[in-house]
Amino acid sequence: MSATPPTASLLREGLWHQNPALVQLLGLCPLLAVSTSAINGVGLGLATLFVLLGSSLAVSASRQWVAREIRLPVFVLIIATLVTMVELLLRAYTPGLFRALGIFVPLIVTNCLILGRAEAFASRVGWRPAALDALAMGLGFMLVLVVLGALRELVGAGTLLGDAERLFGPGGRGLGVHLLPGDAGFLLALLPPGAFIGLGLLIALRNHYRLRRAGAAPAEALPGAAPA
Amino acid sequence: MSEPLPTPWRAAATLAVVAALSALLIGLTWQLTEAPIRRNEAAVLRAALDAVLPPGEGEVQTLTMPAAPALGHAAAFTLWRRVGAGQVQALALPVTRRDGYSGDIALLVGIDPDGEVTGVRVLAHRETPGLGDKIEHTRSDWITAFRGRSLGDPPPAQWGVRPEGGAFDAFTGATITPRAVVHGVRDALIYFERHRAALLAPPPPVPTD
Repeated sequence: MSATPPTASLLREGLWHQNPALVQLLGLCPLLAVSTSAINGVGLGLATLFVLLGSSLAVSASRQWVAREIRLPVFVLIIATLVTMVELLLRAYTPGLFRALGIFVPLIVTNCLILGRAEAFASRVGWRPAALDALAMGLGFMLVLVVLGALRELVGAGTLLGDAERLFGPGGRGLGVHLLPGDAGFLLALLPPGAFIGLGLLIALRNHYRLRRAGAAPAEALPGAAPA
Repeated sequence: MSEPLPTPWRAAATLAVVAALSALLIGLTWQLTEAPIRRNEAAVLRAALDAVLPPGEGEVQTLTMPAAPALGHAAAFTLWRRVGAGQVQALALPVTRRDGYSGDIALLVGIDPDGEVTGVRVLAHRETPGLGDKIEHTRSDWITAFRGRSLGDPPPAQWGVRPEGGAFDAFTGATITPRAVVHGVRDALIYFERHRAALLAPPPPVPTD
């Protein structure tokens, strides 16, 4: 096996340097559609993380005996199986969240982040770095989902974790915070344009921070140049 | 001697093994989750029935009616009735609206024998979160405005939303969703009037064992 990147560097790549949502711009369809509340973000983030972890492990474990020619259909089969299992489990044990995430759970199959990591990373390394990479990428994706969800929920509905019982059952009801009076909220944030604006702001913020740290020289490539 | 299989056969065998494993895993998960999923669905339906039917002694029975395009049912559909002392006390009509903002809206409309609405609940929808989803009882009490209404109250022409001259509130920034629900309740009442005899016919006595 070739040199395995150290743990810390894998985590840094997934969470920051190669963040799937902010840098690679992968999996934007579910990201933009579901991030209407922080809880939705946690829910879809966890589901995606689970599928990514499972698929990376399976792809890495089977890489010796799956011929290069058929690796893509095998990856797709593995991912589809995991997504179907997640969907059934969500329907059985967190029906409220399943209703909220709706169509986007089956759509995890099409999240190019998962196939991308299987092809670019997991199929080339052992199970340990593959799992770590999946964990880091999944967490990076979830982080953006939650931050964007919280942002949109706060601006759009004036609440934070307002629908926590969807994930945590009746016990989660007390977790929510109502920050704006009544129904006040800036509606645009909850609508699709709000998702694009919010994600754009997050990317801009990240770029701003990186440019400032790099001094005045904007030498590094900025995300968004390549299609996802 | 142990010649490796030609590549296409090997590839096909690998795919077959992976597919079989996938099927096995999904089958096991289904075995594990089937019962809770059915329980959840039954619980959602029971909660909705409890909410739209007035409290009563009778027992809830199902009744199958032929296709009713006005209610969004292209094939025969099932409704629920609370039957007590040989009389229908109230019924719950399922209505599917296709004119929501995104996707179908499934409603359950409770009606008493006098043609008065006893309650309405949304069973399923895909309306905009924070906007159209105020038709959900958990998000706003808008849906309770139908209780006690009937075809004459308000008059038929006013079974719409306020911005369009109707008697029911719309939401700020969302007219299409509440309009679809209002029209769904209205069509359920019209359906009830047209099929009153069949809907209120007492069920055949159930043989006791």
